[in-house]
Amino acid sequence: MKPRTLFDKIWDAHVVVPETDAAPAVLYIDLHLLHEVTTPQAFTELATRGLSPRRVDRCIATMDHSTPTLPADASGKLPYASAASEQQVDALRENCAKHGIELFDMGDARRGIVHVIAPEQGLTQPGMTIVCGDSHTSTHGAFGALAFGIGTSEVGHVLATQCLLQRKAKTLAIEINGPLRPGVGAKDIILHVIGVIGVNGGTGHVIEYRGSTIRALDMDARMTICNMSIEAGARAGMIAPDEVTFAYLANTPRAPKGAAFEHAKARWSQFCTDDGAAFDREVKIDAADIRPTLTWGTHPGTAIAVDAPIPTPTDDSARKGLAYMGFAPAETVAGREVDVVFVGSCTNGRLTDMRDVAMVLQGRRVHPRVRMLVVPGSEQVKREAEAEGIDRIVRAAGAEWREPGCSMCIAMNGDIVAAGQTAVSTSNRNFEGRQGPGSRTLLASPLSAAVAAVTGYVTDPGVFLSDRIAETI
Amino acid sequence: MTAFTQLESACVVLPNENIDTDQIIPARFLSTTTRKGLGEHAFSDWRRDASGQPRAEFPFNQPHNAGRSILIAGRNFGCGSSREHAPWALTDLGLRAVISSQIADIFRNNALKNGLLPIVLDETVVQDLMQRPDDVLRIDVASNSLHTPDGRCFHFPLDAFARTCLLEGVDEMGYLLARGDAITAFEHRREQELAHAG
Repeated sequence: MKPRTLFDKIWDAHVVVPETDAAPAVLYIDLHLLHEVTTPQAFTELATRGLSPRRVDRCIATMDHSTPTLPADASGKLPYASAASEQQVDALRENCAKHGIELFDMGDARRGIVHVIAPEQGLTQPGMTIVCGDSHTSTHGAFGALAFGIGTSEVGHVLATQCLLQRKAKTLAIEINGPLRPGVGAKDIILHVIGVIGVNGGTGHVIEYRGSTIRALDMDARMTICNMSIEAGARAGMIAPDEVTFAYLANTPRAPKGAAFEHAKARWSQFCTDDGAAFDREVKIDAADIRPTLTWGTHPGTAIAVDAPIPTPTDDSARKGLAYMGFAPAETVAGREVDVVFVGSCTNGRLTDMRDVAMVLQGRRVHPRVRMLVVPGSEQVKREAEAEGIDRIVRAAGAEWREPGCSMCIAMNGDIVAAGQTAVSTSNRNFEGRQGPGSRTLLASPLSAAVAAVTGYVTDPGVFLSDRIAETI
Repeated sequence: MTAFTQLESACVVLPNENIDTDQIIPARFLSTTTRKGLGEHAFSDWRRDASGQPRAEFPFNQPHNAGRSILIAGRNFGCGSSREHAPWALTDLGLRAVISSQIADIFRNNALKNGLLPIVLDETVVQDLMQRPDDVLRIDVASNSLHTPDGRCFHFPLDAFARTCLLEGVDEMGYLLARGDAITAFEHRREQELAHAG
């Protein structure tokens, strides 16, 4: 048999009707994740057509985008940003109840950002096809799944038929080898990658991340990398499963148990790229070239090493982005005065991210000018972080420890950055106004974000923490 | 969906590259449970200043652009989130086609499902069309071609299936529902394979 890529194998295993010139393939979807913002119109469409969901056992719903990150008041009322937000959450609850879709509701110990909770629960497994009305569905590719974001019409298609019409994407291998420098983590890797291939460099492709650097990463870090595949325009990002993946899955509630787990592991192990399989494109990156990386402009492709000079813009779009951010060519992002620091999101809201922040904040204070929000990605992350005392370290440093949700990443729930303010954010998008009208966002790792919070300025975390990191290695 | 065979219109130009879905429809307007009425919020932060007053220089605020149904935009239009609210907002503004030298994958998929035609042309052609927004362009879906008033014709890529859906005014849901037997057979086969493997 011809050698196949990981993507080829998952694709082939899910084709219901093969693609032809006249029509795309009918592709079967194993897991459909739903949240409150991109589903109400799909449920309405189903009702209008007199349809019901085909496989509610393959659907899981939760609310995350519009939910408050402040606790309920004394009467139990949650502080929603608007009546519309609350109605959207209510609509999801009603739709799930009506159709019998399992919902991790407000107050459920399993609730959280949809891309954090599905892996935690062991719902995300190697070899699966996974979709959600959310572009960061690419996160789940970290387990060797084919996972991608879809629109609301497609949410309706999957609800009604458990299938999507898809043209097969091209493949892009990104191979990263070598040890990482001190202070450099998964977020720096993916920002660097997007800087290299460009904000549109992955368009039309599914990325497979490979190489010794990737193999050495834990699952949280792999999820951070796959999460931002869409920020390079890629349809999906994936990493072949290995012992790290299987060890993570063994500790999740919904993964198979006992003998069934061993059988599953044998099957999952086949989801890797065969020797000799060809990718449509290949990019190689030396891990030694990756520095602590942030962004200077208004899209994630404007990634730059913390102490590198910002390039002179060569087109109007770059000039506009530079002006919006208030940077000048040849400046560095290091030294930029910071007003807000946000740690959280489906990119960096996991336990290891919380630990990075705690390592910096332990025994230190957030700069008096800076407002810092630390928002765990799920109830489970919150619980585990609190068991380690991370909430106390965060609060003692003068930062806010919030309830789980998307929060300031998309700024739909009232957690916003004010106009003109500079935010260092562990989220995934630095688009104009993404974190609030007129807000200015520098994307960064949790380590860089926490160091910026303490110093009040963008600072090279490798330099700031050299002593402390040396102790922990 | 109504059938989409031809379109004739002058153009609105937004030359910026990488116009993301947060610019097309900012996230704070996504707290809705319907598809309707998003046009008034399209490009909200570019159309209005901080006090909510319209910016006179923004193309969609200029009276001579009223009623135009073709948008010409810079490279990598529609990057960012999967929100279908983006094409809903643009069609609510009266747009029927977007021309760019590159259009993001998810936006393109979403646009086609809402009768908004994504047209990708060479960068030089797009730059040329941007210089003459008052030209009335004619778009023919059946031949996936665009015609300028000075007699030039450009072909653009359009998936055969998407073209059929546009021309006949049908959507993908019906096509998928009609494959119910194949889907059921697939589910049975998969379950047997997994049972055998387990």
